[in-house]
Amino acid sequence: MVASLALGSSLLAACGGSEGKPTLNWYINPDGQDTLNQLAEDCSTDDYDIAIQLLPASATDQRTQLARRLAAGDSSTDLMSLDPVFVPEFANAEWLKPFEGDLADEVLDDDVLKGAAETVTWNDQVVAAPQWANTQVVWFRKSLAEAAGLDMSQPVTWDQVIDAASEEGGTVGVQANRYEAYVVWINSLIQGAGGNILDPDTVEDGRDAKVTIDSAAGKDAAAVIQKLADSPAAQPDLTTSNEGTSLGQMFPENGPGEFMTNWTFVYKNYEGLIGKPGGPKDEQEFEDLGWARYPQTVEGEESRPPIGGIDIGVGAFSEHPDFAQEAAVCVTNAEAQSALAVNEGLMPSRQSVYDSAELKEAYPADLLQLYSESVDTGGPRPKSAFYSQVSSAIQSRWHSPRSVSPESTPKQSADFLTAILRGEALL
Amino acid sequence: MSTATAPKKAPKKSTGKPVASDRAKAESRLALYLVAPAVALMLLVTAFPMLRALYLSLFSYSLTAPDDREFVGLANYGTALTDRLFWIDTANTVGIMIITVAFELVIGFVFAMVMHRLIFARGLVRTSILIPYGIITVVSGFAWQFAFSNTNGFVNGWIPFLGDDFTWFAEYQTSMVAIMVSEIWKTTPFMALLLLAGLAQVPEDMLEAAKVDGATWWQRLWKVILPNMRAAIMVAVLFRALDAYRIFDNIFVMTAGANNTESISFLTYRQVIEQFQLGIGSALSVLLFLSVLVVAFVIVKVFRVNLADARQEG
Repeated sequence: MVASLALGSSLLAACGGSEGKPTLNWYINPDGQDTLNQLAEDCSTDDYDIAIQLLPASATDQRTQLARRLAAGDSSTDLMSLDPVFVPEFANAEWLKPFEGDLADEVLDDDVLKGAAETVTWNDQVVAAPQWANTQVVWFRKSLAEAAGLDMSQPVTWDQVIDAASEEGGTVGVQANRYEAYVVWINSLIQGAGGNILDPDTVEDGRDAKVTIDSAAGKDAAAVIQKLADSPAAQPDLTTSNEGTSLGQMFPENGPGEFMTNWTFVYKNYEGLIGKPGGPKDEQEFEDLGWARYPQTVEGEESRPPIGGIDIGVGAFSEHPDFAQEAAVCVTNAEAQSALAVNEGLMPSRQSVYDSAELKEAYPADLLQLYSESVDTGGPRPKSAFYSQVSSAIQSRWHSPRSVSPESTPKQSADFLTAILRGEALL
Repeated sequence: MSTATAPKKAPKKSTGKPVASDRAKAESRLALYLVAPAVALMLLVTAFPMLRALYLSLFSYSLTAPDDREFVGLANYGTALTDRLFWIDTANTVGIMIITVAFELVIGFVFAMVMHRLIFARGLVRTSILIPYGIITVVSGFAWQFAFSNTNGFVNGWIPFLGDDFTWFAEYQTSMVAIMVSEIWKTTPFMALLLLAGLAQVPEDMLEAAKVDGATWWQRLWKVILPNMRAAIMVAVLFRALDAYRIFDNIFVMTAGANNTESISFLTYRQVIEQFQLGIGSALSVLLFLSVLVVAFVIVKVFRVNLADARQEG
């Protein structure tokens, strides 16, 4: 009884927090927990403590849990780790407290790579702080590219990659299951051809955004997907492929391996699998792993690699918004980003961190160069307050990749997306 | 069971209300006072959300764009009722309801007979039959998902003509089978319980009289037992059908709506919780509510039983 009373009162004290040192709650997604815990400790000050709260593993669940708290005006949501695509939704609902004045300049100074910086602005305000940045590159077996006579030191196109793989009996790994990463692929293909799913000038208008997927760029993107689906280089599980399914095709028992567009975690993944099942046989085979810039959709037009990562937002209803913003700056500073990159393989959103000695020790120099260049020139997904609907609408009309056709798919998806945005169809 | 006359039909009530005494009036007034707090609480927790949903359904309203909220009248209902997806999901839901309730009725009746006629180990058998009903639906969903899994499930091993790598959740039909098996397994005991109550109402002396007259077991079942259980069967079917129409958990756990295995509840959930579309989502939940009423109405009509009978009143 006494114990339960004591426990009760300590819980009350922890919840109340109005007296004494306040505790800021930081909702994190499960990536890189160890380092994030350390960051929370390091960034706690004499004025406040930062407590980590874990969100569910799936992005959808993370989003709904945060949204339900914020829609109810939860004052205990101080800091949150946000997938870049949630930022416009949350900002439009006024759930994020914008960084203003000097703080905004500090969060978004010249050191922040452009692709990452684009994800945190809304209505000309800085609504979150970029913490780490993810991007995709094309991973491949050097021996495979060499056999096909493809010079990977120059920009390559999707056509060339697919042809090279088919000629040599290799495969091309992508993410084409009916889920978010498939939209990531489609978006990058379209942007690589100079187009957009939604017109960037009207995308912030929400329901009134202009749908521009039915364009030459949309058709070019559909042509790439169709070509891969019809090619012998398509992997058997193309229609259900995700980030993990094509990893095993890089160093198969038999066969020349693959070209694979995938996120930055791939390098550390294979490095940790040397001599183990699913990984390279030995150091020498690991040396055969190559990387190059995301392929072009149209020859001669610079590719727009996908952008992912995590931005730190401050809850609009926080009781201690100033402390929370100070903490957000701390957990996204160069030191924090360096720790996340070295310990967890989560790449920085600041150029200076790529240039630091710690990172140069942990990663090959040309890979760091490729990552920072990809993040800097990467293309964001549509910055719409209705992004989750946009994404689902695209998925429903572009899946399965085997049914994609340049003649019909962009048109059908444009019609459907327009109806969805206007509230005239169900998803 | 001791009364000699069986209530074959609802006894006719005398028309015209009897004149109530002062005492009866006072009692009914007291009754009103006593239930008033409960009614008020019920209104607060059920009527308010329902009216709120009705109100929200008239707006184009997204949680992430609160400023763009706009009154659209009945447009959301028009959108839902003219959308193919709505009717596909309705068909799914009705299909699930009819098939699962049919299986549950037959299996549940067998279980009820077993429980009713059992002479020894009554408690043990009754408890065993009722266990699935005590299990949370989500848990049942996960258990059957594992059972049907092609990597660690046992179902493929038990069915002789299926290969070990048969993927139940890859296609529409097989996914639906898995969902319905879980649903049937979980709720048949509930059906059995309601039917057992009905069986207990069938007068033994009527059965004996039928036996003496030379009726076979089959004739006794169809001519004596089932007609006398009509009210109980209707209640069981009604309860289960309304429950089945709102099926959500098993679909959520087992397929998450993949391969068009979505139900109306799941569609509503996705609009409101995943896509934050409060307007159209509320319209869908109102439509769900209305369709439940229709289902209830149809079942009551089909069985031609009035509910007062089923409650053993009169």
